[in-house]
Amino acid sequence: MLEVRELSKSFGGLKAVDQASLDVRQGEIVGLIGPNGAGKTTLFAAIAGFHAPDAGHVAFEGKDITGLAPHRICAAGMVRTFQITQPFAKISVRENIMVGAYFRTADRKLAEREAEAVAGIVGMAGQLDQMGADLTVAGRKRLELARALATGPRLLLLDEVMAGLNPTEITEIVQVIREIRNSGITILLIEHVMQAVTSLAERVYVLNQGRMIAEGTPAAIAENAQVVEAYLGHGAAKVLRA
Amino acid sequence: MSRQALLCALGLAAAVIYPLVAPNYLINIGMMVFFVAFIGQSWNIAGGFAGQTSFGHVVFFGTGAYTSTILQVTYGWNPWLAWPAAMLAGGIVGWVIAFLSFRAGLRGSYFALITLAFAEVFRILANSVPFTRGGLGMLIKADQRPINFQFKEPIWIYYIALALCVISLLIAWQLTRNRFGARLVAIRENEDAARALGIDVFAEKVKVLTLSGAMCAAGGTFYAQKYLYIDPSIAFGVDKSVEMLLVSMVGGAGTIFGPLIGSVALTAINEITRWLASVVPALKNVQPLSLVVYGIMLVLIVARLPDGLMGLFRRKPRHA
Repeated sequence: MLEVRELSKSFGGLKAVDQASLDVRQGEIVGLIGPNGAGKTTLFAAIAGFHAPDAGHVAFEGKDITGLAPHRICAAGMVRTFQITQPFAKISVRENIMVGAYFRTADRKLAEREAEAVAGIVGMAGQLDQMGADLTVAGRKRLELARALATGPRLLLLDEVMAGLNPTEITEIVQVIREIRNSGITILLIEHVMQAVTSLAERVYVLNQGRMIAEGTPAAIAENAQVVEAYLGHGAAKVLRA
Repeated sequence: MSRQALLCALGLAAAVIYPLVAPNYLINIGMMVFFVAFIGQSWNIAGGFAGQTSFGHVVFFGTGAYTSTILQVTYGWNPWLAWPAAMLAGGIVGWVIAFLSFRAGLRGSYFALITLAFAEVFRILANSVPFTRGGLGMLIKADQRPINFQFKEPIWIYYIALALCVISLLIAWQLTRNRFGARLVAIRENEDAARALGIDVFAEKVKVLTLSGAMCAAGGTFYAQKYLYIDPSIAFGVDKSVEMLLVSMVGGAGTIFGPLIGSVALTAINEITRWLASVVPALKNVQPLSLVVYGIMLVLIVARLPDGLMGLFRRKPRHA
């Protein structure tokens, strides 16, 4: 469904992403992990059209989308969320989600109904009239998810939707993400929270210093010596195995 | 009928009856209130709703004023026909400025400054090219007949200003409830998020500045027809840009009634200070006193009421 081939992106002298490749198949939940500064968010931004890649290409459902503007990529059926949440602060949650829903319809009533339905999916039905600025971290993460979902994507790129959440909130949002996948939407997620990645993703890619160093099931990745060295550390590897 | 709709209907009825009972000089003040509210709204649509703050909106105003005046004086067009042509010209200038500045990725204060630069360039051009008659300005021949967009009685020009104001309020009201408006607000609040959600940010910004430019140009023609004279500093002077921005900020940028309320407030201050200066000898030399009060008011609004006077009426957002 999504094919990334040897994608590179530099900022000045820094190779943020260096010939990274990955595949996402229809119906999967795929994780992308890596230490801080590995280039995960840059890779996401390059896939979603926010940075034009220096080299390599991105294909979505067989069509080349390399370097297309974000709104065209959204139209193709792929949408991203932001690690640093970007709520529309001065409008309500309902209006926030409606901006996403307006992608599919120009009709206000329909957009409103769609926004309310999506709010139900992510568990924000009770917060529709709250202002974007007044949400907690967990609320903002849900709102990111809801807005993206409202555009009706077939592939969701989630950038650390669990960062900064407490364990209860993580359990809740993991459930939400599973439900979204079960409704037929494929998911590629960047994640730091290992517990979440292992319980959600069928396959995991590991990025380190801009390079893709491993790919496999969460269990296999946890065994991979290169990954353990680059990212997890010996202690964490033991915890995962336990 | 909701409470708001009832208030609007009452307000409109009062505005319609007002010139029937008010003396001429008060009709003129009312006319100015609605006219400034109208051009303020043209600023508000781009600057308030879409967050594309402009310091040079007068460029559209002047384009409108000059287009209709030149067509009329030099080419003998009827002003009513020249009016839509002026709006078209304002829209084109808006489109071009937006295309150039947004293609170059200018945002925030950079965009504000580039609009200011455009306005100054237009002022200097109007001063130097032959077809605007340079600094002499252009005089429209007085012939007070409705067919010439000139009226003997101030009541008619008042009603036209009122109609313009009502139309601009309807446009702003539509923006609060349609997709285009929702997208503008999304762009104002967070451009990157808007882009991620499938909004063609560039196209929407160009669209809104085109609309805003066309509206503002309509105000320019109106002004020229009211005073029958324009020159480069009237048509492209910075003070008009400031006036549009000020009424929106004072009343509440990004709100439907902000520019109208701001216009009422500033006109009231203007009249009161003028009266004060005439009765209090100590204030005679503080001229114009209104500017001093504007300044103080703007500081207070920015510091205390970021949502403008409208912020006083709006209910507080609910907290969880």
